[in-house]
Amino acid sequence: MDQEADRAAAEEESEQRTDEQPGGRSEDREGDDALLQELVAYLREHRTELREEWARRISEAELLGVMSDEEIFSEATEVYDNYMDALETGSIENLQTYARELSERIIPRGVETHEVLGIVLLLRDALARSLFARYQQDRDRLNRILDSYEPAANRIAVTVGVSFVEERERVIHEQQEAMRELSTPVLQLRDRLLILPIIGVLDSARARQLTEQLLGAIRDKRATVVVIDITGVATIDRTVANNLVQTVEASRLMGARTILTGLSSEIAQTLVDLDVDLGMMKTVGDLQGGIEEAERLAGYRSAGAGDPAGDAAT
Amino acid sequence: MSVAINRQGDYLIASIQSDLSDSEVLELRRELAERVGAERSRGIVIDVAALDVIDSFVARALRAIVLTARLRGAVTVIVGIQPDVAIAMVQFRLNLSPLRAALDLDAAVALLDRLTRGDAEDGG
Repeated sequence: MDQEADRAAAEEESEQRTDEQPGGRSEDREGDDALLQELVAYLREHRTELREEWARRISEAELLGVMSDEEIFSEATEVYDNYMDALETGSIENLQTYARELSERIIPRGVETHEVLGIVLLLRDALARSLFARYQQDRDRLNRILDSYEPAANRIAVTVGVSFVEERERVIHEQQEAMRELSTPVLQLRDRLLILPIIGVLDSARARQLTEQLLGAIRDKRATVVVIDITGVATIDRTVANNLVQTVEASRLMGARTILTGLSSEIAQTLVDLDVDLGMMKTVGDLQGGIEEAERLAGYRSAGAGDPAGDAAT
Repeated sequence: MSVAINRQGDYLIASIQSDLSDSEVLELRRELAERVGAERSRGIVIDVAALDVIDSFVARALRAIVLTARLRGAVTVIVGIQPDVAIAMVQFRLNLSPLRAALDLDAAVALLDRLTRGDAEDGG
């Protein structure tokens, strides 16, 4: 009596897919695997038409506009096969690798995140539709098939989406790094003497970046004098002007003196009109004069310089 | 206390070893003011390289130390302010111009030598 009740309970649990009863669980797992194999076999068998169906849906949804139909079809084939492998083995490693490579190929061409997510979801839907069609007659079986299909398919969608976004972030990060380094080169002119030529638009984000870069260079190169040349900067606003003042002050706190050169007449007037506190700033008309002054401050003798040691004392 | 104050010739060298509590900051200020007079020091070096953060309280205290020491006849040089710390400090809207800084201990001592010799200009 008890035994029978137990068995009935086990069966019920197995059907409800609660995994508490060990016997029910292993049976269930086997059932799942078998179903998954059946599912994969079916989807492999109909590979050609499903793939075409998918490609058709992609162009209908006007996704991947930057790629030709042939390209879409060939990528679709590969995605399909990788998808099947992932479904079959439950291992997403190969798919991950493939998704990364795919992302590397298509990101430079301007494919967007929503497109990648879109096509993966379309494939998931196309396959689900075909499963509906196949198991229409057998509702119970359809449910169980979907039970194993859905989590696997969702995991795949997440994997591809995440791989794409990660790759994209990596590219963006790389580009930012490159831009950062390009836009604010800190050059060493002599031992302990740095030059920071600034060209182009100086906004507050770049000014902040510049500060960080300069202070890092002061520490790394053990600089005592820095020349910031803004000949190539057309205008600055109050925020940026204050940023510059702060940069000079922060450099001073690290033990380096700063000379600002190449202020255009517009910028000079702006700074005065904005009432920026320029007391701490040492300015010299042009870069040449700035470098001469810097060499003097750093203790290098140059034409017309007095005793360098005495003046380097701040 | 997490500050070691050593005497070297005419100078006092205060090395801050770790982040300071507010009361330790005040203690440092008091002790330096005391010892400058007692030991007839002409210069103070405060090494803050171990500090990852200098908040406005500490910045204010450093400034107070500099001004106090000046009244007691000594010049102060701060050493080892990290880039991030420097960026944060200039945003306190605190007049830091009394603070003199140097990159390392050698530079600080050289700077003090010049300043206490009395032949240096008092620039920015």
